[in-house]
Amino acid sequence: MRKKIKTLCLYGLIFILVTLLSPWIGAEKLEFGKIFLYLTKNPNSDGAIFWFQRVPRVILALLAGGALSVVGASLQVLLRNPLVEPFTIGISGGASLGAFLAISIPSLWVTWGPLSSTMIFSLAGASLTIVLIYFLAKSSRGLSIHTLLLAGITISIICSGSILLLTYLSSPNEVATFHRWIMGGIDVVGYQELLALCPFLFPGLGLLFYHSNDLNQISLGEEMALGHGVAVKNVQRNVYIGAAFATAAVVSLVGPIAFVGLVVPHAVRELSGFDQRFVLPGSFLLGGASLAACDSLARTVLTPTELPVGIITALLGGPLFIRLLIVRRVSLSSSQGI
Amino acid sequence: MKKKILELRDIHHRFPDSGWELNFSSFTLFEGEILVIIGPNGSGKSTLLRLAAGIISPLKGSIRLENKELKTLKRRKIAKLLGYLPQELGSQYDYTVEELVAMGRYSFTNMMGILNNEDMKIIEKTLLLTGLLSLRQRHLSSLSGGERKRAFLASVLAQEPKVLLLDEPTTALDLHFEIHFFHLLRELARKNIGIAIVTHDVNLGSLFADRLIVMKEGKILAEGGVTDILTLKTLHSIYGDEILIEKHPQCKRPIILPRILAER
Repeated sequence: MRKKIKTLCLYGLIFILVTLLSPWIGAEKLEFGKIFLYLTKNPNSDGAIFWFQRVPRVILALLAGGALSVVGASLQVLLRNPLVEPFTIGISGGASLGAFLAISIPSLWVTWGPLSSTMIFSLAGASLTIVLIYFLAKSSRGLSIHTLLLAGITISIICSGSILLLTYLSSPNEVATFHRWIMGGIDVVGYQELLALCPFLFPGLGLLFYHSNDLNQISLGEEMALGHGVAVKNVQRNVYIGAAFATAAVVSLVGPIAFVGLVVPHAVRELSGFDQRFVLPGSFLLGGASLAACDSLARTVLTPTELPVGIITALLGGPLFIRLLIVRRVSLSSSQGI
Repeated sequence: MKKKILELRDIHHRFPDSGWELNFSSFTLFEGEILVIIGPNGSGKSTLLRLAAGIISPLKGSIRLENKELKTLKRRKIAKLLGYLPQELGSQYDYTVEELVAMGRYSFTNMMGILNNEDMKIIEKTLLLTGLLSLRQRHLSSLSGGERKRAFLASVLAQEPKVLLLDEPTTALDLHFEIHFFHLLRELARKNIGIAIVTHDVNLGSLFADRLIVMKEGKILAEGGVTDILTLKTLHSIYGDEILIEKHPQCKRPIILPRILAER
């Protein structure tokens, strides 16, 4: 237990270091003094870039990376599948279709407070998908985990087909805008958008953290968990809803960012064991720090141009995951059955 | 007179996909007894146990645990009274034996599963009882099938239940631990725990059971004392006529042997 707490503190330290360093990294070199002068009502461009572009961007990267990792860690237990990531349950398909509808049909253009039309439509698409999959997987005996997974994959395929149809019918400009969105990016964000994310993100994450100890039990199988006293169906429903809304919030703002939600939970289990009470906070800290670090790289690697962060996470996450597969083949392949 | 601790009445259950049905009018478990349930594959033994543990709900009938309707009790409350070891066991992650046993204390802890001194003492006692003290830091993947089964059993015993429902707990155990295991059950029964156990090992069942239940095709075919139930007539009706009955040289209880059909 003490060792796990120490490891968690180490993740916290990495998270704080990345939080403090990331806003200083970017194409524009910022002067330390000017940034703090900005706070004392001395307007300057360095301060404006730091406080209104870099800081909200870093906060979003920390939240998005943390949330995707926590969702991935929870869903891998819920669906008893080590290859699951937040987008397996079909939500990003719905969000992507919503985003493309907003981009390709200008007459649908709406804004609400800080939320752009793309964000609103992707959130609506994700929410509709959540409800649809939930009712498909719901039966008199509770939520069917197998149906949930299959329905998620099927909805993703249907959404991909619809996106292909829209791509065929849309102008090259609209297709290019959509492609940029789907690569995932944290570049266009302010504090208002961050605030708009909160009503979906924090209750969703709260539900997942609340059930972290129950997820340990569920990893022993449904019957064993029931025998130990877990209200399994309630936990499955709440974890699905929590995971779905946290994913919807993140995807609507930053697009589908690959690999963070898959690789980080496995790395955390490798470093600090399988106890979900430590895996979930560990995944949040390490996932947030990873995405913020990847975003810093995305800002600087092709200066003065910026790369979409989704490209960096996929290019770095893929090989890292292959390494984990090779080193820890057993823990990723099968359960410890009798 | 022993007290009824678990009672199932007028049960009807049907699996919608296969249409397979389970029907019986009465099943009772008394405190401090070992009730052994035998029967051929697919006779409904495991389904009966799953119904009794509240893992699945019957279409009709009543299940009462300590005189309370099971469906009115919360899962945590049920787990404090009833321990259930399913037939299929497996962990998604490679926990240590001690971590697995500690998970048995779930219903006694808060939502974050923080263990207190009392929980730690019970875990220690359970590890000792099941002979797992020396394996406590070992990961499940490093154990043999039998040791792993013992670890899962220990996590159920850590619940300190008044009723134990065990579905084929001795498969994968060697003969030494199988015998040790039945002695352990006898010890638990002396502490007034009611134990229902599904097993294919009719002989060990015969030696250790206080009562036997025979199931066939979703019905309770016979119920009673060991010598009343383990007769050629009953056994032939469930396992065919290729068996013999002898008496154990020490306790004179029935022992089942296969009949050799042809000269070797």
